Formats: sequence, structure tokens, C-alpha cells
Amino acid sequence: MAAKLKYDSVKVGDEIPKFVVEGVSRPDFVRYAGASGDFVPLHYDQTFVEAAGIPTVFAQGMFTAGLLSKALTDWVGIGNVRQFKVRFATRVWPGDTVTCTGKVTNKLEKDGEKLIEGDLVVVNQKGEPAIRGSFRAAAG
Amino acid sequence: MADKSIIGKTGKPFKMPIEWSKVREFARAIKDPDPVYFDPEKAKKELGGIPVPVTFLQTSAFWTEADSSPGFGGFDLRRILHGEQEFEFFKPIFVGDVLTGVSKVADVYEKEGGRGGKMTFLVTEIEYTNQRGEKVAVSRSTLIETGQAVKA
Repeated sequence: MAAKLKYDSVKVGDEIPKFVVEGVSRPDFVRYAGASGDFVPLHYDQTFVEAAGIPTVFAQGMFTAGLLSKALTDWVGIGNVRQFKVRFATRVWPGDTVTCTGKVTNKLEKDGEKLIEGDLVVVNQKGEPAIRGSFRAAAG
Repeated sequence: MADKSIIGKTGKPFKMPIEWSKVREFARAIKDPDPVYFDPEKAKKELGGIPVPVTFLQTSAFWTEADSSPGFGGFDLRRILHGEQEFEFFKPIFVGDVLTGVSKVADVYEKEGGRGGKMTFLVTEIEYTNQRGEKVAVSRSTLIETGQAVKA
């Protein structure tokens, strides 16, 4: 499988090129609902969320995690992801601008494979983390 | 209530055929225009097949039958939050594969929370094998049942 990253040229501290989505929207959440099958009404039904005491619909956590995975695979290549982990923090609301990025924290060789490990994060326009995560990927 | 007795319980195996239309639709939904999801020739040349997005396996959570998802029975779905999600990959997964998933309750525990009162954590793992019997991935979810509905 083609490796996108050269193990020797990746350094601890290297940053994953940012993937910025300006103004995530209700249609984004609806499209993700259809694609994923996640029809929990908290993500598209305004009447439902108001009755639950929440001001407006908000993004599926896995929608935002999907944006983050795109930032990662653009950099390491989809075929090279060995592990991807996310922890959900702040909710993402319609109109938010989210920035997906990460940083290399470790390089190692295991079972004959050259691997890089790192942290992942999605922050909103106020700098609050919506997701924190980590990854492991193969490099050539 | 944290019912420790369900730890280790497994669900009925379920089939997950990996279909190109769903993969493309999912890639669009996560705003990923990478041609490997849309151009079969290119995908075959570069990777050996059309791959699935990193978080795609999560979609199985929304159509599997209740008896394939052990552990959820005792939880109040109105008070559930998705706390964490992890995927590990061991072999490539391509469009055309037919995966078999088996879900298992990996852990159940309680913690005192802040806004929502006492919280119960349910950790489930789904192990996926392909049509050749190779283990391709493990998906690990942590769901949190809050003591009361969580306000914004």
C-alpha cells in the first residue's frame, strides 16, 4: 500500500495541515444523518430540541469526527490509518467554524512497521476544543 | 444503574456489506472529496480497491437489530451521550467486502458527574472480520447515561 508520509522526514512536533470548515450548517447535519443513519432528532428537529430545553440543533459528534478524520487522511493517506480515537467535549452549533488539526507526538517501529502517533483536535471559533483525539498511522 | 453482570455479553453476529453508494455518500457528508472514494480505477491502482472513510463503520450502529447490540437494553436512550469513539484497523476494508460484526460489552462503570449527576459508562466493542475470516477492525464506543437530561 502506498505510503503518503516518509517516516524519516516526519518529526515529533510536526503539525497536521489544518482543515477549516467555516460555518457548519443544519444541511450539513441532515446530510450526515442520511449518510450515517444517525437520525437522533437532536441534530435536525428544532421543535424537539426546544422541548428538551436546548436552544438549537447541534452537530452529531461523529459528523465533526468525520471532518477530523479527513484532515488526518489527507496527510497520512486513508490506507495508512491504524488507529483513530476521539473524545467529545463541547458541542458544535450551526454557524460554528471548526478547525481540525493535530500534532505528531511519537515515532516507533512495531512488528516491522514504521508508525507515527499523535494528538488530534477540533476547535471552534472561540478556541474551545469540540473533540480531542489521537491517531496511529503507518509511514513509508 | 451500572449492571456489571452484562460485561462480556456478546450480540448476535451481523453482516455489513460495504457498498460504494453508501461510501460515496458518507465521504460527501464529511466533506472529503478524495478521488479514492469516487474514482474506482484510481482507487484500485493506488490502494487495491475503494476504501472506507475512517469513521464509516460507525454507521452499523444505526441499523443493527437489538439482539446484535448487547447492553443497550438497560439504558435510558433519552439520557445517552456519546463520550468516546475509537477505531483500530488491522487489514484494509474495500467496497465489495462483506464484513461480519460481533458486538461485546467491554465494560460498565459509574462516576460522579458534574451537570448531569451520577453517570454510567457503557463501553462496547465491535470486532469486524471480512469474508475471508480476517480480522479487519475493532470499533470501541463509550456511551454515557447521565443521571438527568443534560441541558445545553
